[in-house]
Amino acid sequence: MKVLVTVKEVAEVEEDFQLDGLRVAEQYLDYDLNEWDEYAVEAAVQIAEENDDVEVVSATIGPERSEETIRMALAKGVDRAIRVWDDALEDVDLLDVGAKTRLLSAVVEEEEPDLVLTGVQANDDSFGATGVSLASAIDFEWAAVVNDLDLDIDGAVANVRRELEGGVEELTEVDLPAVLTIQTGINEPRYASLRGIRQAQSKEIKPMALSDLGLDGAALESDLVLTDMYEPETESEATYFEGGAGEQAAELATVLREKGVGAQ
Amino acid sequence: MSDVLAITEHRRGELRDVSFELVTAGADLVGDTGGDLHLAVIGGDTDGFAEELSLDGVDTIHTVTEGDEFNHDVYVQAVTELYEELDPTYVLIGNTVNGLDYAPAVAEGLDLPLVTDAVGLQNDGTLEVTREMYASKVESTIEVNADRAVVTIRPGEWDATEAAGEPAVEVFDFTLDESRVRSRVTGFEEVGSGDVDISEADVLVSVGRGIEEEENIELVQDLADALDATLSSSRPIVDNGWLPKDRQVGQSGKVVTPKVYLAVGISGAVQHVAGMKGAENIIAINTDPDAPIFDIADYGIVGDLFDVVPELIEQFE
Repeated sequence: MKVLVTVKEVAEVEEDFQLDGLRVAEQYLDYDLNEWDEYAVEAAVQIAEENDDVEVVSATIGPERSEETIRMALAKGVDRAIRVWDDALEDVDLLDVGAKTRLLSAVVEEEEPDLVLTGVQANDDSFGATGVSLASAIDFEWAAVVNDLDLDIDGAVANVRRELEGGVEELTEVDLPAVLTIQTGINEPRYASLRGIRQAQSKEIKPMALSDLGLDGAALESDLVLTDMYEPETESEATYFEGGAGEQAAELATVLREKGVGAQ
Repeated sequence: MSDVLAITEHRRGELRDVSFELVTAGADLVGDTGGDLHLAVIGGDTDGFAEELSLDGVDTIHTVTEGDEFNHDVYVQAVTELYEELDPTYVLIGNTVNGLDYAPAVAEGLDLPLVTDAVGLQNDGTLEVTREMYASKVESTIEVNADRAVVTIRPGEWDATEAAGEPAVEVFDFTLDESRVRSRVTGFEEVGSGDVDISEADVLVSVGRGIEEEENIELVQDLADALDATLSSSRPIVDNGWLPKDRQVGQSGKVVTPKVYLAVGISGAVQHVAGMKGAENIIAINTDPDAPIFDIADYGIVGDLFDVVPELIEQFE
């Protein structure tokens, strides 16, 4: 069995930052493995540990810099990695769901996995849609926002829980092959061991350009254009307590007592 | 003229709030462009739902009597067939867990552009969608350079339409391809029915990612004890296994409406705010002055919780 797990390197914006046109200026960005994908990687690695003959392959759309993040996934037990990049991607302001779907569909065609795991969303652009879109494109079944997974490989069914709003979970049986989008909290992502980090250095990260995937620039075309980016106006009407921690706490205590807190 | 097709949402016999917000967003859109607002109700008590959804601004409600509960394979087929029949310009869907479980497949199957999690929509000839990025630190505008699109809207961003109207109600018949229904919903479960019900508490002290380490939770528990309050948390604390799921406030946790909500080290992600914005008094302690929690707070302390919380405990001992 082969599990493909999508791994995205996401940019996190520092507390104070400046915009540079339609981007956050580079010096205010930190790059890291997308939080949701960390749980997807863990779920994939656990499947490999619990079953015989499972290969876990990660797929990333990202520049050479993202290899650092991919190595983290390799160090946690992913067997090998694919990194899709192309000069044509350099100048794309907004890689929309359709374009990501076309790129990842081509990877699926190449790898022929039995199961695809993705994070529910990426915490930079937060579209939250690539997994389900990919499933539709490759004609896999799917489930979105999975927070528990019990895989019945022989029965070709994934028994999942989907986390709905308001503390309700839905129990669903999903026929395999499938794409599952993984919610945080489904497991406890492991730390990479020193041995894992050493082994990751010798694992393959295969770079693939559009032409390697049988695609051309048309795959990146989008009807969506990013036209503006700005800091939202702060709407705070809060009364702030000033001074040192002691003074702030004393003022807050007064307010809390006025509200009847701690009156007993 | 641009027609809009909005797909309503229900669960366990009740329409969800986002259904009424979709009516407002859809009516605003057809107000900009002319055209009709169509609603679809798929599954469940379609007649009863259609009655509830007979609202101002709605032209036609299409009922699809297929199944009791949400099944994405049914929804994808029904919405695709409706789209082909009605030929709307825009399809609006709630940016909910279930919305995100079928909207991308509808868009992909119909080869339509998809914009998710819209917080604003405008159409002066071209559809412009406002959305947030980078954990709400940045807002962006996306122009849709296509005649048609699927857009999901963030719950809570549009007022709910309540005024009654007189839309036509039409049954939409289509033949479900059973071979393409490859998932089965087998049940629902409430999570976290522990001995503490945070939705009943008058005073909540809620802890977030800013607490850094599991052992530091004790500090916030001490504060809750000193204030005679109940301890709750944001999602990362529960994901880390530091507190049980029944303590989680937010979209996927509990909705709380205490008299006082003291948010300690919580940045205020939209999913968290959805669960606590109804609190009577919101107080936030956070080191980041731009944290979104301050946008909804009544009182704020910009400071380090590890300095402020011990001082606050002292005030009440």
